Amino acid sequence: MTFRKYLVVAGVTVFAAAGDSMLSHGMKQAGNISLHHLSSLFLALLNPWVAVGILLLLAFFAAYMNALSWADLTYVLPATSLGYVLLALVAKFALHEQISPMRWLGIALISGGVGFVAGGEALTSHAHHEHAPRSVEAEPIAIPSGAES
Amino acid sequence: MKHLHTWGAIFVIVFASVVGDVLLTRAMKQVGDVHALLRRSGLWTVAGRVLSNQNFVLGVAAMAVAFFSLLFALSWGDVSLVAPAAASLTFIGNAFAARIFLHERVDRRRWIAASLVAAGVALLAG
Repeated sequence: MTFRKYLVVAGVTVFAAAGDSMLSHGMKQAGNISLHHLSSLFLALLNPWVAVGILLLLAFFAAYMNALSWADLTYVLPATSLGYVLLALVAKFALHEQISPMRWLGIALISGGVGFVAGGEALTSHAHHEHAPRSVEAEPIAIPSGAES
Repeated sequence: MKHLHTWGAIFVIVFASVVGDVLLTRAMKQVGDVHALLRRSGLWTVAGRVLSNQNFVLGVAAMAVAFFSLLFALSWGDVSLVAPAAASLTFIGNAFAARIFLHERVDRRRWIAASLVAAGVALLAG
């Protein structure tokens, strides 16, 4: 893992957390959306919180795609969950909210899980060749490819 | 009845996000390491190659389905059930799907990680 790759993973985490929280804040302002009034779903996009949240989620998406180009899905995904930990810590230290013991346990579990994955290799899947047709995919070969970890 | 709707929505969200994640991962593996590509051929070439990948387009479509079902479900469903259940089941679903469809070596280390994260997310988002 190079420094640049760590930055990409950090981007995945931060953009996902910030985008999600802005989106949920905006959707609470926008109010209920029912099956019969689907148009209100599109009106919700006009809410500034929702709009900025979507922009941040686009940034998240770019970082996520970047990470998936050189790492396994099961390697990148736990990193996105660190965002939940980030949000809880922001709530505690910036917004001075109380965090229940259950939530501290959740934070510990996620951090532990991420630590487990981060200790292993980033890429284990057999590299798909660019022009290889999908039908001739090789069997799963458990060769640690030359990913620097 | 409302309960059934909520679990139906959770299933749709989880299914769509797992399908989307698998397709997007496959697409990006076909495109190749973006860092190396950027150095060699520049941003527009890389963007063009990503956007014209069929798996990428299908993956984005699946993600859009997941995204709008989540927005939709969050606005009327039981938020304290929908958000953590969908997020945590997606982790488990993705671990299975990555092993079966992406041939990732999901060893014990990764299984433990996926379970810990899924449990943690369920606790935190609840």
